[in-house]
Amino acid sequence: MEHYLSLAAKAVFVENLALSFFLGMCSFLAVSRKVETALGLGAAVIFVLGITVPVNQVINATLLEPGSLSWLPVEGVDLSFLTYLFLIGTIAAMVQVVEMAIDRYFPVLHQTLGVFLPLIAVNCAILGGSLFMVERNYTLAESTVYGLASGVGWALAIVALAAIRERLRYSNPPAALRGLGLTFMIVGLMSMAFMIFSGILL
Amino acid sequence: MNGPIRARDALLDPIFDNNPIALQVLGVCSALAVTTSMSAALVMSLAVIGVLTGSNATISMIRRQVPFRIRIVVQLTVIASLVIVTDEILQAFAYEIAQQLSVFIGLIITNCIVMGRAESYAMEHGPALSSLDGLGNALGYSVVLLFVAFFRELLGSGTVFGVTILRPSLDGGWYEPNGFMLLAPAAALLIGCFIWLLRTLRPEQLEEELTLGTLPEPGGEGRIR
Repeated sequence: MEHYLSLAAKAVFVENLALSFFLGMCSFLAVSRKVETALGLGAAVIFVLGITVPVNQVINATLLEPGSLSWLPVEGVDLSFLTYLFLIGTIAAMVQVVEMAIDRYFPVLHQTLGVFLPLIAVNCAILGGSLFMVERNYTLAESTVYGLASGVGWALAIVALAAIRERLRYSNPPAALRGLGLTFMIVGLMSMAFMIFSGILL
Repeated sequence: MNGPIRARDALLDPIFDNNPIALQVLGVCSALAVTTSMSAALVMSLAVIGVLTGSNATISMIRRQVPFRIRIVVQLTVIASLVIVTDEILQAFAYEIAQQLSVFIGLIITNCIVMGRAESYAMEHGPALSSLDGLGNALGYSVVLLFVAFFRELLGSGTVFGVTILRPSLDGGWYEPNGFMLLAPAAALLIGCFIWLLRTLRPEQLEEELTLGTLPEPGGEGRIR
């Protein structure tokens, strides 16, 4: 249990996907003008990461990892070069399935998350979560915890950024810095603030 | 005919006038994470140049055969295959740098520049123009990447491409390396500065001022991918 707690805390704070690896930056910068939309996107990311990372873990462990095909009658099959293709394919398919399922069973939720779901298939944070899972050899339980926690971290970061940007409307920066330039600097400062968490071990 | 002019625009426009990172807000993720050293940034740039030119050319060639509804999946497959090839080449010939770049080579697949250009340019133009557009956008990306990496490596470790320029004080020199430059936040601050500089030089790229009450709706947020 402790192991999972520390894994989750690490994924949320120490290795925050948005602020220490800068993953999913495109939507992070583009959809952070209002707290409400940021919340919607954040929730969708938690949802999709929480599903795709474990699913990809199962696929990776049963099909792609070197040696995982030993149950086949053929010797020496190694499909690890297909990892990227499988990961992104799974993500795109899962996003589609999730969108249809939500549309069918939770229409209210679909209204909130709907616009964001297609956007998420090509969000680097999602693929990044799966790639880190492969690189670090997480087990199924670990990857479930990791997927959910890193999604929470990303959502936390985008909501915080949106809140800051809403306040920024009252400020008066140099004309050339207005908009994207200033947002980048804010992200830099936020990421600096998140660095106090580095080195924390539970 | 204005063919040559269009070709030149397709190649040169994205470098400063319509820079993918600074103006189109595409492909920022990897730009921030791989810029601690010039050599890593250069390898990353080359990888993106290869993938983006190849994917734009390929997708443009098959654009009439692809059914509209499944185009995203087709694009992803083309891009992912190109990234796999790039990754294998890097593993074979530049193993150490490939290790250093770790997951970021794989993340070129979801680099929004690649998808963005495929969707907005290659689906509508011929292969020749599309590959020039891909090359141009990849170069625009590389300019930002190398700019950031130059300052991070120079100020962070006193070297450029591993060659000592400012001798650090530990080595008997005078320069006190600024360790902050090697940390993640420095990249975001430097890109902010790059955009500031670019927009000061090219005022036409300024963003319209948002006044209270006229915030754009989420669906209408312009150049988002």
